[in-house]
Amino acid sequence: MPAESALAEVFREEAGRITAALMRRFGDFDLAEECTQDALVAALERWPRDGVPVNPGAWLQTVATRRVLNQLERDQRYRRKLAQLTVEPQPDEQDDRLRLILTCCHPALSREAQVALTLRAVCGFTTAEIARAFVASEATVAQRLVRAKRKIGLAGIPFRVPSRSELGERLSEVLAVLYLLFNEGHLSTLGAVPSQRDLAEDAEWLVRLLTRLLPGEPEVLGLLALMKLHLARGATRFNLSGELVLLADQDRSLWDRAQITEAIVLIERAGHLGRPGPYQIEAAIAACHAEAPSFKATDWRQIVVLYDMLMAMAPSPVVRLNRAIAIWKVQGAEAALHELEEIAPVLDGYHLFHAARGEMLTELGCREQARAAQLRALDLTGNPAEQALLRRRLFNQ
Amino acid sequence: MKYVFLFCGTADDQAAFDSLSPEELKRRYAQVGRWFAENHAHLGPGNQLHGPESATTVRFQGDGKPIVKDGLFLEGKEIVGGYTEVDVANLDEALAMARSWPGRGTVEIRPVIQQR
Repeated sequence: MPAESALAEVFREEAGRITAALMRRFGDFDLAEECTQDALVAALERWPRDGVPVNPGAWLQTVATRRVLNQLERDQRYRRKLAQLTVEPQPDEQDDRLRLILTCCHPALSREAQVALTLRAVCGFTTAEIARAFVASEATVAQRLVRAKRKIGLAGIPFRVPSRSELGERLSEVLAVLYLLFNEGHLSTLGAVPSQRDLAEDAEWLVRLLTRLLPGEPEVLGLLALMKLHLARGATRFNLSGELVLLADQDRSLWDRAQITEAIVLIERAGHLGRPGPYQIEAAIAACHAEAPSFKATDWRQIVVLYDMLMAMAPSPVVRLNRAIAIWKVQGAEAALHELEEIAPVLDGYHLFHAARGEMLTELGCREQARAAQLRALDLTGNPAEQALLRRRLFNQ
Repeated sequence: MKYVFLFCGTADDQAAFDSLSPEELKRRYAQVGRWFAENHAHLGPGNQLHGPESATTVRFQGDGKPIVKDGLFLEGKEIVGGYTEVDVANLDEALAMARSWPGRGTVEIRPVIQQR
């Protein structure tokens, strides 16, 4: 019997293509998506029993197409559509997945809907897998998908690649969805069941696909580089007892040098395109860390400069927090705490704000205030690995 | 696809509009006029509405009894100031039109139920 991960890989390669091809042929997103999903579920049932077919993609495509045709025949509303269909040979070589991704990540859909749709229609996740990945019930996810697909149909969200002038904005929506998926997977590594599909891996796969579909877009390259740099350090983020290890304490000799080199090549390739953007800058920051021989020897000044650029492009309180942390390393804790004061009201509910503040206060010897900040951070985080780290910090103070 | 654009604004938007100088107001109306002219081919019936002070609400109780009240259905939040029907191919085209709306405030886009 094939491993579940092998099936997942087949699904990932085929699901988006099939959905997009059915969508192109029948012009109905809901139908295309639903029937592809049916084919995947049928494969999950049959392949472990009967073996994986020689050409799994063709098998899935045939089953999905047959489902669509059955559905059309059964449904009054679709009969007319069926009659209109010409039996022309299919231009299947065309890769329509870009259109599919852009439709799933349309800004008229909620972020939750974008995430669920992308996973199901493009990556071939089953509803159960999405539910597991987001610790939600299957019914909740199913309902979210139904609502999203209804909205696509009712609101007239088109299946198209936007014009040049719209593309930038639409693409940043897509990249935001993919980065969210990546982080969801990357941060929850600890709780992951071995058989569970790794969201981070799927997100990286999606961005890699986008670099092929949109080779001239530097932000796509930037995001891929950023993901690779995170993954390169993945193995050192937890110690043997499953505890979170901070950047400062990670064993740098274990970082994946090949991934880091690839990421730096990507950053340079993006740079040549001459359109800097937030993901490229974030990747450059991550590269500064990846290339530093030690935490102490990190080029913090360069990092502050990069955060300044990021603030100019995509200002946010979290970017300011990270910039303050870099300032801490260049100018000391007092200067950094001063920076934090201004964002305190906005980030009061963010555990990492209090965690960073606590450490700075510890360095200045303000033990009581530091303790209060760490307790507040502990109170605000739901991630077990982060909770454990904060508890250790409190204990060691 | 047929949509209705609801041109909305908050009470603050309304106050800002009311305090415009006559020249500025003229300029703003000219911009809006241009928008309607440019998009003429895609526009159906529509109207600008009188202000919230002119609104009356009929609200049905749980038992089906209608209660007539002065004012808006939703107090204080967004106020619908006007509407127009829009006929375009898809939501992206509707969004492109809404983005170019010079009247500020908020534009809510609602697909119309089509009789088949």
